[in-house]
Amino acid sequence: MFYREAGDFKTSYIADSQTFPIKFDRYRYYVVLAVAFGVIPFIINDYWANALLLPFLIYAIAAIGLNILVGYCGQVSLGTGGFMAVGAYACYKLMTAFPDVSMFIHVLLAGGITALVGVLFGLPSLRIKGFYLAVATLAAQFFLVWLFNRVPWFYNYSASGQINSPERDVFGIIITGPNAPAWATYLFCLIFLTFSAIIARNLTRGTTGRTWMAIRDMDIAAEIIGVNPLKAKLTAFAVSSFFVGIAGALFFAVYLGAVEVGEVFGIQKSFLVLFMVIIGGLGSIFGSFAGAAFLVLLPVVLKLLGVDLLGWPTDIVAHLNLVIVGALIIIFLVLEPHGLAQLWRVAKEKLRLWPFPH
Amino acid sequence: MKKKMATLALGALMAAGPALADLVIPSLSYRTGPYAAGGIPFADGYADYFTLLNERDGGIGGVPVNVIECETGYNTEKGVECYESTKGEGALIYQPLSTGITYQLIPKVTADDIPLHTMGYGRTSARNGKVFSHVFNYPANYWDGASGAINYLLDENGGDLNGKKIALVYHNSAYGKEPIRTLEELSKKHGFELSLLPVDHPGQEQKSQWLQIRREKPDFVLMWGWGVMNQVAIQEAANIRFPMENFIGVWWSGAQHDVLPAGDKANGYKAVTFHAVGDDFPVFDDIKTHVVDAGKAAGAGDQVGTVLYNRGLYSAMLAAEAIKDAQEANGTGDVTPGMVRDAMEQLNITEERMASLGMPNFGPTFQVSCDNHGGPGLIGVSQWDAGTQTWNLISDFKPTDGEVIGALVEEDSSAYAAENNVETRCN
Repeated sequence: MFYREAGDFKTSYIADSQTFPIKFDRYRYYVVLAVAFGVIPFIINDYWANALLLPFLIYAIAAIGLNILVGYCGQVSLGTGGFMAVGAYACYKLMTAFPDVSMFIHVLLAGGITALVGVLFGLPSLRIKGFYLAVATLAAQFFLVWLFNRVPWFYNYSASGQINSPERDVFGIIITGPNAPAWATYLFCLIFLTFSAIIARNLTRGTTGRTWMAIRDMDIAAEIIGVNPLKAKLTAFAVSSFFVGIAGALFFAVYLGAVEVGEVFGIQKSFLVLFMVIIGGLGSIFGSFAGAAFLVLLPVVLKLLGVDLLGWPTDIVAHLNLVIVGALIIIFLVLEPHGLAQLWRVAKEKLRLWPFPH
Repeated sequence: MKKKMATLALGALMAAGPALADLVIPSLSYRTGPYAAGGIPFADGYADYFTLLNERDGGIGGVPVNVIECETGYNTEKGVECYESTKGEGALIYQPLSTGITYQLIPKVTADDIPLHTMGYGRTSARNGKVFSHVFNYPANYWDGASGAINYLLDENGGDLNGKKIALVYHNSAYGKEPIRTLEELSKKHGFELSLLPVDHPGQEQKSQWLQIRREKPDFVLMWGWGVMNQVAIQEAANIRFPMENFIGVWWSGAQHDVLPAGDKANGYKAVTFHAVGDDFPVFDDIKTHVVDAGKAAGAGDQVGTVLYNRGLYSAMLAAEAIKDAQEANGTGDVTPGMVRDAMEQLNITEERMASLGMPNFGPTFQVSCDNHGGPGLIGVSQWDAGTQTWNLISDFKPTDGEVIGALVEEDSSAYAAENNVETRCN
């Protein structure tokens, strides 16, 4: 009944090749956008923004970035935390050096700088593959964190080695710092997420994305049919790091406000984003959203249920969270390697025939 | 349009805040993760003191206290979530027991008008009340700790540390880096040689640091450690047979669980402290009667009287006294966070006051003022006796090098003020 293409006629190539070819899907997409931009900013408060929505939006950008590299191009990366740190520190240096420039430009530049660093660390991927590449990116993770801890220039020689985001604005509306209103920070991140998703979606279904997927599926065959592995792998690293860098910059400047590199951008962050991609679905933009939402919401929902509703001790609930996330990763890897995105696809297929399956 | 949005947001915020019935005190604790060993006794002591007040006195000034515990796991992201979720409940004061979370909260509490008390941790320069209006770190801070340790060594060495080698083993985080500035200044002043040995989170891997200590043979080792790092360091020191009496930890590296794993080899290990140790105080009798025996103790109830339990207790006592002052000053039981902040700024802890609370000589006497949020910074030294398994005070609470610390506080806080456009107060 839902998601049927019957009666949905396309009269041009553009209409035929749009992102959501089915009318129902397309309207659902418009409704989601309308709610996200038109309704939530009016009802949001500090708790919703800082505890749920900001982490979700920012992690979703990071997951999209990592998904391009791991899910679309097949290059395993454990350096996400380190690349997020590059974005954060680049943003910090830019914010403090050019206080009058709009935050939009700072965040985009931070993404650009991260893309350059990503390309640099992506160079070994031309020679090494699979587990060995994972280890090489792991080295990037540790090196970058060490670098930001070691060189005082990056944290402007502050006594504690922390970076703090000063108050900055966009068109006079405060975006960073404690006085930023919840709706402004939310909209700022939402704009970045929306554009990231649209760009990622269109890249992955165009020529660039197809070369990535060719490399992922079989790099030798791809090379034989004329895909340039150097270009394909390095563009994947660049685009991926760009998004991850944006996520890192937002994470520091808008969400946390003060960052200590070892703790916030450590190896755990790399794994967390990787788990988001795995649980959400490799090679799927929707999967990145689903995975980020799932792993951001799970601890909060568990806390609400366990501590606030049932009155359990806080440590039991925290341990339970670890158990559940661990179990879910195993379950997904065994039962549904394509993640939540695949469940969503199956659900759509079922809904298409409902209520009269053959 | 902008104004309309702001009004709506404000409306939503006000609708979310419930009616103030109890005195809400959030406890951002951590009972899980690599720092739980320190987090559990502190959280137990903190919760037990308020339970005692509720059971014995019916709360503070007749208004019951509601402690909302929120697990942070010593993680700043969870700390932010905890702050946002408890803020709406009408939280009166925050004591997060984490330097990382403190850095996070300093701008937020200032904007939300809620006091933040970081006793013996957090941002040291917050003692300058002219810049940090909502942050308090009385009665002592890290720089007092560093200076106190050096003063103690000066006393031990006849006032001369010239040419001595001192190594600092520290947690490679904002917390561990705090004392470096002070120690560098002091090394210039007293002529000792300082070497820095960072240990990365969580601190289980310290072989290379201790190998370096074995090679360089420093005369003294100072430690800024927390959680699992402390036990490992003391064990490693014992392994290389470093003389324990020359090994001094900060107050976060000087609890029972830090020294017990190394057994007899930890005998003689020292730690600086700013409050009394042991359970020889009348307040513990009340805790036993009203809390432990009544089955209302927090956690497993097995931490009573340990070093960090005492610190949790002390911290809760200072918060409760500030609330009491705020109630008296405003003539109302239902105080607001702003009133508590004002009361904290005038808090006067005297000997009589501590004695009346069943905690005579538990900590230093001090008077907070508008420009000094840091108290007197009196530092004592305690030593571990592995035979009787007790910590004993081996020196009086002595003043620290105010000249060096004052200059550093001024420098760091004015840098913060310039970076964040803070106008100085108390003029």
